[in-house]
Amino acid sequence: MNLPTRSEVEDLLFLEADLLDNWQLKDWLALYTPDAVYQVPSTDLPKSAEPDTSLFYIADDFVRLEQRIIRLGKKTMWSEYPRSKTRHLVTNVRVLGQSDDDIQVRAAFAVYRTKWGNTDIYVGSYEYCLRRDGDGLKISKKRCNLDLDGLRPQGRVSILL
Amino acid sequence: MGTPNQGALISDDEQLGLFQVARKAFTDTAILDAEYAAIFNKCWLYVGHESEVAKKGDFVRRIVAKRNIIFNRDTSDTLNAFFNTCPHRGAEVCRESKGNAKHFQCFYHGWIFSCEGKLKSLPGADRYSSDFKDQDRGNLVPVPRFANYRGLCFINFDQNAISLEDYLGNAREYLDLIVDQSADGMTIISGQQDYAIRANWKLLVENSNDGYHAATTHATYLDYLANTHAKGNEVALRGIGRELGGGHAVVEYSAPWGRPIANWIPSWGDEGRREMDAIHAKLVERHGKEKADRICFKNRNLLIFPNLVINDIMSLTFRTFFPTAPNYMNISGWALAPASESEWARKYRLDNFLEFLGPGGFATPDDVEALESCQAGYANSLESGAGWNDISKGMGMDASYDDEVQMRSFWKEWNRRVAQAAGNAE
Repeated sequence: MNLPTRSEVEDLLFLEADLLDNWQLKDWLALYTPDAVYQVPSTDLPKSAEPDTSLFYIADDFVRLEQRIIRLGKKTMWSEYPRSKTRHLVTNVRVLGQSDDDIQVRAAFAVYRTKWGNTDIYVGSYEYCLRRDGDGLKISKKRCNLDLDGLRPQGRVSILL
Repeated sequence: MGTPNQGALISDDEQLGLFQVARKAFTDTAILDAEYAAIFNKCWLYVGHESEVAKKGDFVRRIVAKRNIIFNRDTSDTLNAFFNTCPHRGAEVCRESKGNAKHFQCFYHGWIFSCEGKLKSLPGADRYSSDFKDQDRGNLVPVPRFANYRGLCFINFDQNAISLEDYLGNAREYLDLIVDQSADGMTIISGQQDYAIRANWKLLVENSNDGYHAATTHATYLDYLANTHAKGNEVALRGIGRELGGGHAVVEYSAPWGRPIANWIPSWGDEGRREMDAIHAKLVERHGKEKADRICFKNRNLLIFPNLVINDIMSLTFRTFFPTAPNYMNISGWALAPASESEWARKYRLDNFLEFLGPGGFATPDDVEALESCQAGYANSLESGAGWNDISKGMGMDASYDDEVQMRSFWKEWNRRVAQAAGNAE
């Protein structure tokens, strides 16, 4: 087994955070595999919950993730135009292991979103699946488990966590 | 141009075709107090669906109109709603959001209650009168009124309220169109969407059955539909809005999106077509073609006054919400489905839900933004010329789904109750 080092993984996750905070969303999407999924479960669900049988906040396959990026690029996406200011803090990164091609990674996050004078915080843990792609790594799954009792007062997850 | 009366909160002039609402109604704390007194303390309020407490002992904790409620099914299979507070000194006896419990124990002094609410034991019982446990004052206090309409459970804090059936009135026809989607009952799917909006609660009432805003507020959602799976499904948004009396209202219309009961769209493929055809055929068998077609091919956004929204659209959602301040509300949303639908149908139902609905969907975040933007605009509510909302669209004309008759229906009932409370206070 040829697990990536933590700093190799951190380089990817920190690049991802930087692209998101600079609204370089097409470049961000290029970090993902064409079969990637992006999920934000509802906050009352157990860790094992799956979006085919439980109600999430977000459960995108790649097609919808691509559409989400297109939507985020439009001036008619009123909730993010004018754009909010965001800062993704990623820490406690751990490379857990590998099964088949998927490398499991866990990290902690705090995402700050500021708009109209309000600063809201989304805090939780990331669960990633990464895959080798040539010399580098790509993301095939990102699941954002919120350590919150609902989106109060955040009200929406219109940004990417 | 009519000038509304000083002090009035709505102005309704059919001859002029003018219906206005004072923006003060969205900003004033005295009005919020009057709403709690005259509406939330008097009306039937949704507490939950019976499927959430399917087994004996199941419970959920709910905040309803600022109260802390235990909604449960006891060991004799009866559904209850209790105030979640120890009759002794007040601590909550239920401190988990959901679960199964034959007993509730107050951790403060150790009093134990059955799930029927009866005081079973208390430490130091010999220091109380010998019949203390047989007196009602040691028991959990039930909410004054509890009633179940075909699985939808409501509570009322007014002991003298009319019956739930009478309260629902003409809205029952539309609730039946939901419940009749399944021969073996409906169920709440696991996963509750809790969120908040920094805006007045009545803005969400208006927004939840507003057909007028779709084309602009949800332009990016409609783009997404056109770009993806509604391709080849050119059904127009068309239908009517209807007052149901008592402040309840509905819009009922056709739309380009797929419905898990049971409007097929091309991107669902052959498997999806077989599923949808089979569901439709079963409904025809049970209800006849006319009602089956209505269930399957029409969308409905229903308001049960004051704050239960049931949207039977690209997916089926229940939503209720309560204000904590004139400019802030807490919302809970659920997905509902036939108890025994196929894995395929459940997956597509949830997929459809998330593409439009909820705080991460392609539409709801823009509603949240619109409502907060309205609330920001109401900073000008005291200014002459900027103090009133216009809710006149479609007055005196044939009903259309994108008019505002359903909002006028809400506001008339709201005004009747709030004005009456203000009159009583004088």
